[in-house]
Formats: sequence, C-alpha cells, structure tokens
Amino acid sequence: MRQYLGSAVRFTVLTWLFFGLGYPLLEVGINQALFPGPANGSLVRLHGRVVGSRLIEQRFTGATWFHGRPSAVHDDPRSSGGSNLGPLSPKLFRHLLARRQRLERRHPSLVGKRLPADMITSSGSGLDPDISPATAYLQAPWVARARGIPVAIVRRLVARHIRGPWLGLFGNARVNVLMLNLALQNAEHGR
Amino acid sequence: MTASAFWQIAIVLLVAGGLSVPVGHYLARVFMNEHTFLDPVLDPLDRLAYRIIGRETVSAPMNWKGYAVNMLLTNVLMGLLIYFILLWQGALPLNPLHFPDLNPFLAFNTAASFITNTNWQNYGGESTLSLFSQMAAITFPMFTSAATGFVVAIGFFRALASRNGGQDLGNFYRDFVRVLTRVFLLPCLLITPILVWQGSPETLGAMAVAHLVQGGTQHIPMGPVADLEVIKHLGTNGGGFFNANSAHPFENPTPLSNLIETLLMMVTPMALVIAFGRIVGNKKLARVMYSVMALMLVAGIVIAVSAEQGGTPLLAHAGLMQHAGHGQAGGNMVGKEVRFGVTQSAIFDTVSTAFTTGTVNSMLDSYTPIGGMVSLVQMMLNCVFGGKGVGALNFLMYGIFAVFIAGLMVGRTPEFLGKKIEKREIVLASLALLIHPLIILVPTAWSLIAPYGVSSLGNSGSHGLSEVLYAFTSAAANNGSAFAGLNGNTPWYNVSLGLVIVFGRYASIIFMLALGGSLAAKPTVQETVGTLRTDSALFGGFWLATIIVVGALTFFPGLVLGPIAEFFALHAHHMPWGTR
Repeated sequence: MRQYLGSAVRFTVLTWLFFGLGYPLLEVGINQALFPGPANGSLVRLHGRVVGSRLIEQRFTGATWFHGRPSAVHDDPRSSGGSNLGPLSPKLFRHLLARRQRLERRHPSLVGKRLPADMITSSGSGLDPDISPATAYLQAPWVARARGIPVAIVRRLVARHIRGPWLGLFGNARVNVLMLNLALQNAEHGR
Repeated sequence: MTASAFWQIAIVLLVAGGLSVPVGHYLARVFMNEHTFLDPVLDPLDRLAYRIIGRETVSAPMNWKGYAVNMLLTNVLMGLLIYFILLWQGALPLNPLHFPDLNPFLAFNTAASFITNTNWQNYGGESTLSLFSQMAAITFPMFTSAATGFVVAIGFFRALASRNGGQDLGNFYRDFVRVLTRVFLLPCLLITPILVWQGSPETLGAMAVAHLVQGGTQHIPMGPVADLEVIKHLGTNGGGFFNANSAHPFENPTPLSNLIETLLMMVTPMALVIAFGRIVGNKKLARVMYSVMALMLVAGIVIAVSAEQGGTPLLAHAGLMQHAGHGQAGGNMVGKEVRFGVTQSAIFDTVSTAFTTGTVNSMLDSYTPIGGMVSLVQMMLNCVFGGKGVGALNFLMYGIFAVFIAGLMVGRTPEFLGKKIEKREIVLASLALLIHPLIILVPTAWSLIAPYGVSSLGNSGSHGLSEVLYAFTSAAANNGSAFAGLNGNTPWYNVSLGLVIVFGRYASIIFMLALGGSLAAKPTVQETVGTLRTDSALFGGFWLATIIVVGALTFFPGLVLGPIAEFFALHAHHMPWGTR
C-alpha cells in the first residue's frame, strides 16, 4: 500500500507537469509561430487600431449599419452565454415580441411579414458574429437608403460576404456582420 | 427532415463509423500490449514514466482490487491537486486578470466534476479561472479522467476474456501510461493546430481590448483555448474554456471545427466496442452491441434534428420563419449559432449527451421539449456508446441483466461469454445499474421541495422541473451538459451535484470492477446446444428491450412531469404566453 501511495504521488506529479503545463505551453509556442492571427483571437485592425475580433459580435446601432443578432449578454465577451429561456417561456415570447415591434416601428414594411429564424432570436454564445443571408438581405434596402447609396451596391456587398456551408453541406450559409459593415464603410469612402 | 439534414446526419455517422473500425483494431492492440506502429517513438517515453512511477509498481500483477485501489488513489490525489489549485488560484502564477480564489464549495464541485470526466461547470470560465487554472486544473484532468475510464474498461474486458480462472487483470499504471501516450497524445498534438487555423485562440495573452467601430470598447478574453478543445472532445470531457462552451466562436469557430469536434467525441467510444470484440475473442457479440448502440444513437439524432427543425408554436406565433430555405435556417434558432444552423446544432448536442461528453454548441435549455428530452433520455440510459470506457461497461451491465432475464424465461443457465451468471454477479450488476436512478431521482425530488433548491430555477412550470432533473441526470451520468438556466453555483447545488458526481462515477466503477473480478475467477464453461447465444440479432433485440424497459420504468414519471408535459402545454390550444 505504501509502495502504491508513493507511485501514485509520483504519477500524479508526472502527468500534471506533462499534460497540465507541458502540453498547453508547447501548443502555445507552436501555434503562435504557425498561425499568429487566429492564435491571438482573429483581431481586426483598422489604421493600426484593434476594432474588434472577426469572431466576436459587436453591437451596431442606427440605420446606417447592418445589425447582428440579439445578445443575451449584451455582447460582452467577458460573460458569454444564451438566454436559457425554455420553449414555453412567457419571457421568451415577450422578448421576441418586443424586438419585433421595435423593428416594425422603424420599418413598417415588415408588419405582418415572417422574419428569418435567426433575426430576433438570441444566439447560444451571445457573441454570434454572423447573421443568415436572409437577415442580411432584409436589412440591405434600409441600410442603402440611410447611407444614400444604391441598393444594388449594398446587395452585391452582401452577396460577396456570404460564406456557404462547408463543402456546400455542413452548417449554414452566413454573413459576418463586422466584416460586412467594414466593407460597407470602405465602399462609401471609395466612392 | 430536409435533404441537407439527412445527408449531414448520414455523412457524420458514416465517417465516424468508418473511422471507428481501424481505431478499434488499434485500441485492441494497445490494450493487449501488442506492437503498434508508434512504439519506436513512444516506448522510451513509457519507460521513462515507468521508472518515475517505480519499477516494482509497474511490474506487479493486479487483481480487481489492485485496479480499484490504485484508481481511487490516483484520482483522489489528482482531485486534491485540482481543488487546491482552484482554492489558491489568486496566489498562483499566470493570472493576468487577477481572478480571486474560488470558494470552497465551488472548488469542490469543480474538482469532483473534472476528475470524474463529468465537467459540470457552476462557473463561467472566462470570468472565473486564471490561465494557470485552465491549464493545470482543467486541461490536466481532461487527460487523466478519460484515461481512468479507459483503464477500468480494459481491466473489465480482460476479466471477461480470462479463460483459466486467473485473477490478474494486468497492471493499472502500465495501462494508464499506454492510454495516455498511445491514444490521447498524438491526436492532441496534431489536431490543435487545425482548430487554431480555423480560429480558436492559443495564447498566453488573457484579454484583448477592442475599440469598436461605433465607439466604446470591448474586452475580449482568450487564452490557451484550442489545446483544451481537442482533449475536451477526444476525452469526452466537455468542460468549456468559456461559459458558452462550444457555442462560443473561439471554441468552435466554423462548421469544419464543429465537425472535427463531433468526430473526436464519437470515434474512440465507438472503437472501444470493436476493441472489446477483439479482446474477448467474440467479434459477433461486439457487432450486436455496436448495432444496438448505433440504432439508439441514430434514433436520438433523427428525433432531435426533426424536433428542432420543426420549431414551436410560440416561435411561429412571434412571426418567425419555421421552414428552412430562402437563405435562413428556420426551426428553433433560440440559443443556436447561425454558422451551425439547426442540424449541426442538434447533431452536436445529441452526440454530446450520447457519448456523455457534455459539451454543447447550442443551449439545451432553449431546445424544444422533445429535442431536449432526447439528450435527457440518452443520459438516463447512459449506454448509447457512452463516455470513455464507462458507456460500454454500462451496456455490458444491461447485457448481464438481459442474459439473466432471458435465461429465466427459457429455463437455461444464464451464461455470458462462457461465464456463468450467478447471484453475486447479478447483485453487483443490479447495484451498478440501480445507483444511477437512485442518485438522480432522490436529489431531484429533494431539490424540488426545498426552498434553497427551487430558488435556483431559471424557468417556471414543467421546464423548471426539467432543469433540476437534467442537472442531476447529467451529474450522475458524468455528462456535464446542462439546462443552463439553473443557477448551480449555490452551496446546495455545488455540494449535492458534487456528491452525485462522485457517487455516480466511483460507486458504479467499483461495482463493475468487483463484478469483473468475480467473472475473471470463474472457469469457462463449454458452449453447448443448450447455451443461450448472446451474439445473435435476436438477443440484440432483447438487449435493447431490456435497456428500454429498465430505463422507462425508472425514469418515465420524471419525463412525464418535465418535457412531455411541456410538449403538450406548448402544442395545446390555449397558449399561456397570451396572444398578440
């Protein structure tokens, strides 16, 4: 028994050093060298300043920008998570209805229309960087109007930012809101 | 179901099934101490480990008690190490965000949860744990707890395979080292860079500050995420670096990373069944087991995907598109990510509960009643392939049970793999199986009548009941996924869930090892025409029926009060959330 206790202690320390410290630190070293961009959070820089991460949703407000999905955590990456409201939750229904009415007030053309499933539902992470192509196209006309540029240009911009499912099958087509908005800003400056 | 959903399911299952065959043969070689192609590289590493552990220890033959004692010894020591790291996190290095120590309740719950391969989390990683804790107290047990499950399974398989009534199962430490070096090490080293390439961070910088496009700042925590992700799935662990787990874009950035993580969860537990067939020398039996498990898995995935794609009357009432198409996913997108859509979300979470990983890429609390019930049921049965080692063992317990019942029905002596099943075996198998409902239903009932239990609920009505039932089922099955609306970070839930986790893991493992020891010591009886064959399709059907009957008898009342009641309420004419 005493023999086993000594062995168990040595084994614990050995595996701890190897897998608890050695393995993560080795991978940090390897990946910092191989993929410095994604290894450091896929940060997006504009004029040398970090304006966000390509993978993390940030809040856009006002009619001149494309909007992301609602976030249960107010887009704060320090506390990721979903609303965790059940399928029968009255609170869930109130949230959906309030978001819908806010949209309808600003864009009366939406009254009575069915909205894309992702548009007013909050995501699982609260940081979903994407919207579906349907949600993006739905927003294109009013973004174009607010910016005073032709709808066709905005729609073309959306089309260029659609990433299809992997191999055309796995997952869903998606549009990264931050990248789309940056391209929109760029297009306007370029005109 | 849409055509795209069908093909996504079919391809995931086919690829996982295809990979499980060669991996199964490889696992069998590892477990039977045969030569493998990695030996020239890994043997020196093994020898070094053996020297540090002690030559006497690694060359001592061990019976089931040796396995049980050393499993408990190593696991207790590792659990204590984790507990004290978390308890003193504030004073330890690599804590750039200056997170304080965890309170003793939470530290106990977390240590118990991670050393048992459960990975239930009553904390949000990004707001609680230092980088040092993430590596030394989270990533570390992800390796050792998964290996522990494998080692126990190997010991049990050897007991079934022993033909001469010998008591020795092998050597615990040798098996442990071989599993770590030959099963986990290489995939982790190779797959981490792929996840990083997809977008998962791997850094010692804890936080990036972004100055947003429309003004304001965003603090983005990160760390060594990708390496944790690989072992999290490969070891069917499931505890996330971030609170949102694999729904977080840093943990699971793309559909490709999602597919990799799904396959990592699936392949080794499936392969273990094939390895079992080779070790006990009965491939037909393994095929029967594999088919029954696969049948349950396919049924689970198809039901969950259909339920989520079907949406709910509440969502339809709020004016959301419920059918996929026109560039959107349709269905129930509450708590789901756009890049995965409904199908990849439901596949991932169902696989995660079948293989008792517990990782989620979409929030189960917001699933439709039936979609969420699939996950609940798989953890209640706890043998739809299951986690590292223990899933196959649970399935074998049901098998011994089925042999006994079938033997009684047709008047034959119950035998399993040439070993007579007698009183001691059936008592131990029953204990190993019955402890599961006991530690789920009793604490669930307790929580539901105690004010300190009810006050943690995030939803009301039958969904609130589901939240508590789910929590204890997840803890008992060592799964770790949650209906996360429940606030588990209270003294009551930290301690009760922690204890359920510990009992669910060690009590059942010790019963299984004892059963193994008792079977190993039995002489093999010759197979005759009077033997009830266990490797036939007929017996496979009976096996499945036993699982379903036992599962239904113990858990059906709970399911009726929770998800089933919710399903009917949701689809009833009178909608409790009112009309527009």
